[in-house]
Amino acid sequence: MSEVKNVMIVGVGGQGTLLSSRLLGNALLAEGYDVKVSEVHGMSQRGGSVVTYVRFGEKVYSPVIDKGQADLILAFERLEAARWLPYLKEGGTLIVNDQRISPMPVITRAAPYPDDILEKLAGKGVNVVALDALALAQKAGNAKAVNMVLMGVMSQRLNFTDELWQETIQKTVPAKFLDLNRKAFALGRAQVT
Amino acid sequence: MNELMLGNKAIARGLYEAGCRFVSSYPGTPSTEITEEVSVFPEVYAEWAPNEKVACEAAVGASIGGARSFCAMKHVGLNVAADPLFTAAYTGVNGGLVICVADDQGMHSSQNEQDSRHYAASAKLPMLEPSDSAECLAFTKEAFDLSEAFDTPVMLRTCTRVAHSQSIVEPGERQERPLKEYVKNPQKYVMMPANAIGRHVVVEERMKALSELAETTPLNRVEPGDGKIGFVTAGICYQYVRECFPHASVLKLGMIHPLPVKLIADFAATVETLYVVEELDPVIETHCLANGIRVDGGKNLFGLLGELSQGRVANAMGLPLPASADFGELTPARPPVLCPGCPHRGLFYMLNKLKLTVTGDIGCYTLGALAPLSAIDTTICMGASISTLHGFNTVRGGESARSTVAVIGDSTFMHSGITSLIDITYNKGISTVLILDNSITGMTGHQQNPTTGLTLKNQPTPQVSIEAVCKAAGVDRIQVVDPNDLTALETVLKEELAAPEPSVVITRRPCALLKSVKAMPALVIPEDDCKGCRACMKIGCSAIHFENGKAGIDETLCVGCELCIQMCVFGAIRFRGVTA
Repeated sequence: MSEVKNVMIVGVGGQGTLLSSRLLGNALLAEGYDVKVSEVHGMSQRGGSVVTYVRFGEKVYSPVIDKGQADLILAFERLEAARWLPYLKEGGTLIVNDQRISPMPVITRAAPYPDDILEKLAGKGVNVVALDALALAQKAGNAKAVNMVLMGVMSQRLNFTDELWQETIQKTVPAKFLDLNRKAFALGRAQVT
Repeated sequence: MNELMLGNKAIARGLYEAGCRFVSSYPGTPSTEITEEVSVFPEVYAEWAPNEKVACEAAVGASIGGARSFCAMKHVGLNVAADPLFTAAYTGVNGGLVICVADDQGMHSSQNEQDSRHYAASAKLPMLEPSDSAECLAFTKEAFDLSEAFDTPVMLRTCTRVAHSQSIVEPGERQERPLKEYVKNPQKYVMMPANAIGRHVVVEERMKALSELAETTPLNRVEPGDGKIGFVTAGICYQYVRECFPHASVLKLGMIHPLPVKLIADFAATVETLYVVEELDPVIETHCLANGIRVDGGKNLFGLLGELSQGRVANAMGLPLPASADFGELTPARPPVLCPGCPHRGLFYMLNKLKLTVTGDIGCYTLGALAPLSAIDTTICMGASISTLHGFNTVRGGESARSTVAVIGDSTFMHSGITSLIDITYNKGISTVLILDNSITGMTGHQQNPTTGLTLKNQPTPQVSIEAVCKAAGVDRIQVVDPNDLTALETVLKEELAAPEPSVVITRRPCALLKSVKAMPALVIPEDDCKGCRACMKIGCSAIHFENGKAGIDETLCVGCELCIQMCVFGAIRFRGVTA
């Protein structure tokens, strides 16, 4: 179990977390790892809190990740970063898209949206990498490419070649969005973090 | 070449490789992708049936007709298909027949978490359970071989974490299976009492033979370990056990009905303590106890509720858990919500505004139960909205009929709403039924259905008319309205609730996520124009937020459906560039 690496991709249903996990899974497969990816479909996808688990190593058994086990969490939204923090290992890395999407209890005033999430996370003994992925996605040409920007940032943490990522992106995303996704990924990969 | 594959896709691949020729299913999370993925193979006929009972019967017919046949459903779908299932156990098969049921432990997208293994026991059918995608493929093929060898339908059970996890699979070649000869054989296929009495004998003999097979089949395997702790487990739980106890002895059961006796007893004799790890009900544990096999830990440790995980198994077994940080304050929940532009939003706002009692059904629109729409009073199962409305109104009388409605989607109405509607008309009911026609099966991810005019393989086909079906069922008052036109909607609802006869209101507007639906530009609320009255917040749209006393619109989420414009009496919400 010690050699298995655990990555969680968390966000809000509709943000494109599934495509990210598939891209990562295919890259890991190409690198020769045993890989398991666990997704959520159905009702919770409708704007709810969504999580995808990606595990890789020499031999992976369980497809899910438990509290205190994730080496890295890629959070597509601030509140989701806070929600899933307990799943991060001590000293793990939390890459956060500094975007706020209010959940319905906040919209209906049943609960407040926590203030200063990034500052609070920074004091929790984990490595927080925050960036405005939405702005970079818009720069790449489409706000929906947030997922690829974040994958670009995450790619800095994996020792894979550019060629591997480029081939995997081509294999994973639909042809008509290939250029957009490549641009967004490159912007994330070039981010100084 | 190896491929990272969803469990459901691996089952589809297994169907293809096994020479399966006929697939009929109804969508249901987490089973849906099996049928979608198999539909891409031209060698396999694949269809969406109106419901699981029909799908199962069609597959039984295809099997009797000589083809390897298959149907898939979620756990609650198996309740619908239970009628043909139990008797198909008596008839047996001609071409191999495999029935897949996907359980949803943890209820990620379901109304209950029933344990489908009980069906295999009560219908007297063999059941296989894979633990990853490679086994999904292999067990699917194995299931067909078993089906033909033992002349029986075979059940394949998955769960969310197998169906919706990707792991590595090595695809193989398809082996063609020519159509078998059909020979008329009423003693086998006509289940009237005289024949069925004879077939029950066959069923019991077959179960005995399968029980013997369970002792020796490679589907059940012993992984020897240090001999101290031993686990008997199956399916996804095997992965959790292996994760926590890499050196333990494990008996992994791939065939979970019928269960072996001697194999488990012999395994138990090789270990100091024996644990049974299974989700939901104590099926394996009860079997062990009934056969005098000592169990040192089972449901007393792992519980009856929800999913297990490596963490839950470790915790129950007293292993240390890793340290984890805590955010330190409450994080507000993020429940699923109706999408921006969803045609159901206006309807539920209106049902709430009119303070109606609403019997609900299964689909995206079940989310109309959540705040701030809070419009739904009951949700039971597919089709139940209409029949529960009938029972509710019948006992509560005329006033109830003027203030209570059922809501049901187009696909759910086709699934099992029609017979419920007939219950109302036939029995002189006066209830008002709302059919929410969004032109697609939404919740499971956009599957075609009989009302959409397209088949599973996207071939054009005659559309079933909801109006004509309701008319034929005896409803004379049928109105169609756009649920985003709140004024028209209110008028129609009031008219139909007042009418002293059964009526149907079809709220018709396509799902906002359909590719054919062009999103309008995002709306804006100029800050100076917003009076901060919060009227627009009552529709619960996730694209509208309220900060510092003013409402605002998230332009990345808004699809310009204009529902909120109708909420704002100050005319503050508009398309960019349009002046007040």
